[in-house]
Amino acid sequence: MTFTPATEKILQDIWSRYPEGRKRSAVIPMLVYAQDELGHVSPELVAEVARRCEVSPLQVEEVVGYYSMLNRQPMGKHHVQICTNIACLLTGGEELWHHATKRLGIGHKQVTADGLISLEEVECAGACSWAPCVVDGFDYHHHVTIEKLDRLLDSIQKVQ
Amino acid sequence: MFNEPHPDEVRIISKRFGRPNSASIGTYLADEGYQAFLKSIEMTPGQIIDELKLSNLRGRGGAGFPTGLKWSFIPRDNPKPKYVVVNADESEPGTCKDRLLMQNDPHQLIEGCLIAARTIGCKLGYIYIRGEYRYLIEIMDKALAEAYAHGFLGKNIKGSGLDFDLYTHTGAGAYECGEESALLESLEGKRGIPRIRPPFPAVSGLYASPTVLSNVETFATVPAILRMGGQAYADIGTPKNGGTRMLCVSGHVNRPGVYEVPLGFSMQKMIYEVCGGIRNGKKLKAVIPGGSSSPVLKADECDFPMDYDNYARMKTMAGSGGMMVMDEDTDIVKVALRTMRFYAHESCGWCIPCREGTTWLRKILTRMDEGTGRRADIDLISELSKNMLGRTFCPLGDAAAMPTIAFVEKFREEFEDRLRETVVPVTSPDQLIAIS
Repeated sequence: MTFTPATEKILQDIWSRYPEGRKRSAVIPMLVYAQDELGHVSPELVAEVARRCEVSPLQVEEVVGYYSMLNRQPMGKHHVQICTNIACLLTGGEELWHHATKRLGIGHKQVTADGLISLEEVECAGACSWAPCVVDGFDYHHHVTIEKLDRLLDSIQKVQ
Repeated sequence: MFNEPHPDEVRIISKRFGRPNSASIGTYLADEGYQAFLKSIEMTPGQIIDELKLSNLRGRGGAGFPTGLKWSFIPRDNPKPKYVVVNADESEPGTCKDRLLMQNDPHQLIEGCLIAARTIGCKLGYIYIRGEYRYLIEIMDKALAEAYAHGFLGKNIKGSGLDFDLYTHTGAGAYECGEESALLESLEGKRGIPRIRPPFPAVSGLYASPTVLSNVETFATVPAILRMGGQAYADIGTPKNGGTRMLCVSGHVNRPGVYEVPLGFSMQKMIYEVCGGIRNGKKLKAVIPGGSSSPVLKADECDFPMDYDNYARMKTMAGSGGMMVMDEDTDIVKVALRTMRFYAHESCGWCIPCREGTTWLRKILTRMDEGTGRRADIDLISELSKNMLGRTFCPLGDAAAMPTIAFVEKFREEFEDRLRETVVPVTSPDQLIAIS
């Protein structure tokens, strides 16, 4: 399996961080960064990571099934994550979540028909003092209001 | 840096926050950066550990274990390689301090790791950062590269004969991996499932080797302790509770934010002075004092000096420092339900009392919240929770049970009121399952 030179460099760098005989440690970081390029964890990626880290494909599969950031199905180009955990709940996170699902017509871990946006109701994202928060991919947005969320979704949809 | 500093803060580990280029090695070196490490080369491991013991530094991740004691458990004559592992998997609801520490002062953390490596005789370390914090991984990687370029990492550091490599390691979304033994499993490339202890990580941690594993804030505090001396650091706090800690205040206050205050700082003062009181002129109802795992405090219990021992006296815990403040309009049943939805989602499924208990409780709290609960449910919630306590490999089961017991005990009338409200039955799959 071939990756872009940038991803390949990251994967080799990750691989080099762990001692000889401990390359299994690279499984999760490799999956995370390879998923950035592929959009999801495909059976081919599982086989490739297993080969590189000298573990069985099953040992990679069991990891994919455990971690919430690893997706077997492609998510949207923009994966919009809305936190509704306590601090965000207290400051309007649930309203943001309901607004986004209504506006986009999709639910938890679903993707819009054009593949542009996916939604996820996430657990605490670590922005409690600046709640409520929405994370677009890896970009944090703090003190989000319905108006701010609309502006964010507008800007995503306009670029398209 | 997202909030203005407050004059009552004592900024030791956050002193560089908000400075221009605060994350760069230049800023760090200009203000006492890496001096503690240079000092540690001149000291024996025993002397470093003695300073830490004297400082009364206790772990800032949740359990509050004395750091000096933890480091002293590393068997120095063990021929296996030793490891330093930083827990930057900050995911306890209410906690957002490690983020700021890595974003604003990554070199402080690196120096803490270096001193730990020097103390236990270790050549390799990892900073396990939660996957969502990608931008922080980038900041840390840049800082690590700077440290290598300046000769503070790598071979024969500053002519001391010490070799030390330090890398970041990304997580992939699992609260459970913030628990030390599950973190180690995850770092070894497996599912984040807890290990039975003993042996503790100090004896058998990463790759079954002796490992020092602490929270970001704990490591970040170590350089300051060596610079100012253990006794001077201890004097800032209260007896047995040395120094300062970062408190992350969120919820219904006027100025939420992350503040560094001495241990023993008054909670009343924190809420009403530092954070500017309850917003919209409302009254205080309750505070979750140390992340979602800590039992809730009612408004009249929120006036005590915040140190580990006093939290324990109030039958709650200092936890990770995530203070969530709730005003009089807060719906406690909803908060209890949201808390349990979190734990049910994050339980790794290894221990049955936790896996089943959190799911049952989520179902019961859901029907309670929807107004279709029954009278027996209130006691059932308490009973189920109490049966989870102490029956799991890791503290996640306790972390789910303890706050739930407190919600029901302290706000029972709200649960009863909810039963009296008539609501059109909602068909949620959760309420179709009867337990009693």
